[in-house]
Amino acid sequence: MKLGFSKADEAFRSECAAWLQAQMAGPFADIRGIPNLVSKIERRREWEQELAAHKWSCIGWPEQWGGRGATLAQQVIFAEEYARAGAPGRINHIGVELAGPTILAFGTEEQKARFLPGIAAGTAIWCQGYSEPNAGSDLANVRTKARLEGEEWVVNGQKVWTSLAHFSDWIFVIARSQEGSKGPKGLTFLMMEMDQPGIEVRPIRQMNGEAEFNETFLTDARCPADSLIGTPGDGWRVAMGLLAFERGVSTLAQQMGFRNELDGILAAARANGKDRDPVIRQRVAEAEIGLRLMRYGALRMLSNADHSAIDGAALTYKIQWATWRRNLGELAMDVLGQDGEIAPGAEYEWPMLPNLFLFSRSDTIYGGTNQIQRNLIAERGLGLPKEPRGDL
Amino acid sequence: MEFALTDEQAMIADTVRAFFAENATSERTRAAMEGAGIDRDLWAAFAGELGLAGIGIPEDFGGAGLGMVELAVVAEAAGAQVAALPLLGHAMLAQALARGGSQAQKEHWLPRLAAGEVIATVSWNAAFEVHDGAVSGTIAHLPHGAIADVLLLHAAGQAWLVDLAGEGVRRRAHVTMDQTRPLATVTLDGTPAEKLENGATAIGGLHAAGWICLAAEALGGAQASLDRTVEYAKERVQFGRPIGSFQAYKHRLADMMVEIEQARSAVYWAACAVDEQAEEAALALHAAKAFCADTYRMCAGNMIQLHGGIGFTWEHDSHLFFKRARSIATLYGDSQWHREQVARLVMGDPA
Repeated sequence: MKLGFSKADEAFRSECAAWLQAQMAGPFADIRGIPNLVSKIERRREWEQELAAHKWSCIGWPEQWGGRGATLAQQVIFAEEYARAGAPGRINHIGVELAGPTILAFGTEEQKARFLPGIAAGTAIWCQGYSEPNAGSDLANVRTKARLEGEEWVVNGQKVWTSLAHFSDWIFVIARSQEGSKGPKGLTFLMMEMDQPGIEVRPIRQMNGEAEFNETFLTDARCPADSLIGTPGDGWRVAMGLLAFERGVSTLAQQMGFRNELDGILAAARANGKDRDPVIRQRVAEAEIGLRLMRYGALRMLSNADHSAIDGAALTYKIQWATWRRNLGELAMDVLGQDGEIAPGAEYEWPMLPNLFLFSRSDTIYGGTNQIQRNLIAERGLGLPKEPRGDL
Repeated sequence: MEFALTDEQAMIADTVRAFFAENATSERTRAAMEGAGIDRDLWAAFAGELGLAGIGIPEDFGGAGLGMVELAVVAEAAGAQVAALPLLGHAMLAQALARGGSQAQKEHWLPRLAAGEVIATVSWNAAFEVHDGAVSGTIAHLPHGAIADVLLLHAAGQAWLVDLAGEGVRRRAHVTMDQTRPLATVTLDGTPAEKLENGATAIGGLHAAGWICLAAEALGGAQASLDRTVEYAKERVQFGRPIGSFQAYKHRLADMMVEIEQARSAVYWAACAVDEQAEEAALALHAAKAFCADTYRMCAGNMIQLHGGIGFTWEHDSHLFFKRARSIATLYGDSQWHREQVARLVMGDPA
């Protein structure tokens, strides 16, 4: 059992750190440190393409498709150095981390050749069409319908919480393709081009004032018949395989962002004297401990060679970080005091710490609420009886 | 990345888990609780057949020469059964001597510790005076102090060994809430004391071993509290269904698992950090002690609540876990103290 990385891995760390830091100090300094996914979109498209030009856009993918075939350890290191260099949030993270791996795992050779190069090159930005007004926590309750008309799928329905939809080029959608089917059966996983008359995107303004999420309306939206992954009716299996890609390597980069937020709180506490308050000191220590344990939990998860076994650290990770970050938002406001409630400018726009307080209320909801997480942990991790399904 | 037990470490874990599950039974532990809080046959088998008393002791002095990760593996398994063993003081003294003892001190004490021939206890925040190699003072709250052969005292970067068979030693065994690790008060009056060669490094060693031992015991105990409650949740039927199917119930179990998984990361992070002499070792030790003690208290408390009335009885084992959790929380620095040490490392001194 060891904490550190090998010498070869540390050499790889130096290589990617040097490149990333040079970019963020030089040509891309103007987008350094942007955590959100809504501002300076054109520059960030350029950044995605710059990453691709140097083969840094999807290092875990096979070389054949624009990756480096990097080991898990190298992916972790790159993610850490990416965040440490202050490189901006990846606007194509859904393409690189979700769509691409799904196509690699479940797609045909034709589909790989058609979709992967665009993602690797940073020219095809993707978003995810899962949730619906009546399919949130109950994700299988999808109502969006897909029917095959000649050479095309025709899709009708409404998706919600589609982050990045307003500038994405592609969307993957789960839709009900078997008339009368219910729950996870009869769903199909489709890949659709966003730029078409049948798709309309309306931003949703969030409680922090920003608009990262959207409603996406599909009205006779179309895609070619071979745009499905897997077979018709097999969409749930594909979608669940995809959810498994959501955790793992990217969590370590996410933690570097959390580190930055906690450091911001420490700086604020030093500046206003709250660093001498014994209760605040206890809470800072708790936050520090929680963040460290997240890192070592992630390393345990990634060191676990036997991925077939249910991994406790992986199963509990979502509720752990989401709850930690929500508490961090509370701590931030308690340290800032009333200053935290005053926006610096004339707009309803918030600096990092007050924004953390507001935005983190979504962390315990999206990607499976804390309540759903507890069901999953109890049922999959502890083997307790499943929650019975109602029929209303 | 290799932040997982090696095959060898996993084998040790399997062995000790099986050993404690088979031998540290509720019946035997309860018998020890009626006496001095030690299962002497268990201790003899632990030290003799398994050779585990020497796990952290260098091979030159009769030990296995392994590190804190292996100690944690053993303590976790002992904690899972609330075994009545003097493991804590033993591990602390062994590390103090291995790191800060003179060659002669090591040669004298370590082989006897490795063989399990001596029972050790270690002070915390004790007030005492030493003049010309003789120590006087009242040393309170010593785990297994009533039966210990040797006491390690430390203050202000210096450490002394006191042979409790020496002159001027009076002991008072206390009825202790956690009967698996009873406390005693030892009064010393001009008792001969031997100074350890390097007090500061000895104290570093006893802190590391003590906090890792307690954190790992807490992890094992918390996991056992969860496992036993999950079993009960599947068997017990009320309102026509297993009680583990109710969300109000299963969500509490899920919360326990979330804390326990973090506690596991904490124990092995701290153990690796000490073994690798990592810069963050101090932070990791304080984090592990505070986090694991709190996790154990939460889990053992839930164990009682989720068992209902039977969990409150003397007959059921819940109270063994609950009381051990309480004693771990207070031993060698409570969680508030450890978190303040973390705060110091992160933010500097308070004033």
